[in-house]
Amino acid sequence: MSKVRGFTWTVADHDLLSKIDTWGDVLVELGRQDPRIVTITADLATTTKFARFKKEFPDRSINVGIAEQNLMAVAAGLAAMGFVPIVCSYASFAILRAAEFVRTDIAYAGRNVKIIGTLAGVAFGQGGPTHHSIEDLALMRAIPGMTILVPSDGAEMAEALRAAILHEGPVYIRYGRGTEPPSRPDEPFVIGKVSVLRDGSDATVFACGSVVHEAVGAAQRAASQGLLNARVIAVSTLKPIDENAILAAIRETRRIVTVEDHNVIGGLGSAIESVIARAGIGCALKKLGHQDRFLCTGVPEDLMHLGGFDEDAIFSALCELRNIPPPVDDDWSDDG
Amino acid sequence: MSAPPTARLAPEERQRLVELSLKMREGILRVVHESGSGHVGGALSQTDILSVLFTKYLRFDPGRPDWPERDRFVLSKGHGGIGFVVLLAEFGFIRAEDLTTFGQTGSSLGMHLDHRRVPGVETATGSLGHGLGVAIGMALGAKMLKLPSRSICLLSDGECYEGSTWEAALAANALELGNLCAIIDRNRLTMDGFTEEEAPLEPLADKWKAFGFRVYCCDGHDPDELCAAFESALDPSANRPAVIIASTVKGKGVDFMEDRPEWHYGSMDTEMYARAVASVRKGR
Repeated sequence: MSKVRGFTWTVADHDLLSKIDTWGDVLVELGRQDPRIVTITADLATTTKFARFKKEFPDRSINVGIAEQNLMAVAAGLAAMGFVPIVCSYASFAILRAAEFVRTDIAYAGRNVKIIGTLAGVAFGQGGPTHHSIEDLALMRAIPGMTILVPSDGAEMAEALRAAILHEGPVYIRYGRGTEPPSRPDEPFVIGKVSVLRDGSDATVFACGSVVHEAVGAAQRAASQGLLNARVIAVSTLKPIDENAILAAIRETRRIVTVEDHNVIGGLGSAIESVIARAGIGCALKKLGHQDRFLCTGVPEDLMHLGGFDEDAIFSALCELRNIPPPVDDDWSDDG
Repeated sequence: MSAPPTARLAPEERQRLVELSLKMREGILRVVHESGSGHVGGALSQTDILSVLFTKYLRFDPGRPDWPERDRFVLSKGHGGIGFVVLLAEFGFIRAEDLTTFGQTGSSLGMHLDHRRVPGVETATGSLGHGLGVAIGMALGAKMLKLPSRSICLLSDGECYEGSTWEAALAANALELGNLCAIIDRNRLTMDGFTEEEAPLEPLADKWKAFGFRVYCCDGHDPDELCAAFESALDPSANRPAVIIASTVKGKGVDFMEDRPEWHYGSMDTEMYARAVASVRKGR
């Protein structure tokens, strides 16, 4: 199988390239059903799959120029008039650049705006750390009332968008490239619910976004080598988090790996950590992701390896956990 | 840029507007005094602009604050909230007695107003440089829905330091929002001092003109000039946004507050409050 290494993508399978466009098609389909849907971009319509919507609905496609703060403010104003604005920019700009506008004009104001941050994490690896987005989940998690979806591939992205539009209130959808092999079961996207992608009782890998398929690969490798049987759970809604399902997995497996293409501070790892801490359950935990440092320019796959959150790193973490006996915490009442 | 207009208001109407402003200034002082402190300087500078706008130009229905065809007024200078609530009480959006709760824990009324708690408020503001962009979204939405609604947004001159204000200005021009009118309360003062001494904003009218706005300059305390500016700015045939640069005096009407940066935010003891009220009344 030939590998295509592109400016923002590297794919092992040409078929997967088509998946990255799926959400653009779904947006057009939803736009036909709901005239309240409008798209707003800051000069990134072409690269963010808004182009097809614009072709069919030119009067409902707005470009405010390269101005992300105003992007969010205008979206808020349109939502105040009853529209359902879908805002899209690269995650690093949509969130970091415009965070206060998202907070004040959209979240605090209670506006029904859907924000799509694309090329999150190191998906735009060759753009370098200015274009990497490893802090957006931390920022959005801290904003009251914000729903956060982190689809793991192009197909799930399309379903997440559908669910976001049906949901009343502000939503942040964090998206990578969409070229990942689909790993989620073919079922409707339910906000607030995790997906169990692989069953197992020796450990649990919680993953979100572009690294979900890496987690599945690592768990399969560990099982095929007879090392351990790891459960893999895709946490595609980071907020509100599916605390019950996560707690059940923690209780049942006690060896936990979290993996995300985001800083380990403030993202999925922190969210899982909080659930563990609130439950008072003893368990072994490894948080994979950006270890609170900036990476460098490079192809996403290389950066994921360098950062320690690709399949190899997850596999290594599982092997290390295998050598740790399941924690016993007789002093704690954790039987549910 | 318009030349100062000649007087067009009948003397009685002019007097009514002046009286309304004086009443609102007294109200502002009372709320500042009763609540303990407030953004008194900017509330006093914006008063005549709001009197004229709400009396003569803005289309609204206090009984139906969500009337779809209303004009949207966005107080981008959110710290003008203490002046805005007095006006909202005057026009029947809220009860006058509610003003006594201003700034108290649990009150719907406070320093920076929230549209979900106060009828007549269109969006929550407070942080500078947000309102114009939101007003653009509302103006654009009105156009898309073919509503007659206009967006009218009051900014402080200090907001012209915020990059987001200019991001919004670029977009308003590009979107050909003839139904958008910005007003700048040009009182020349920020918290720390005079704008022209800190980081000059002038030539401000030229800047807005260069951004594609129709620019109308006027005395922000003269009802005749304000009316003339609004009538030009709100021209229904316009396809470009307008801005009214209203020259004002921070702390207007209270002799010991006028043009004093320390009265951006302040509090008054009883004696000072009496002096302030007396000063406003002397303006009659």
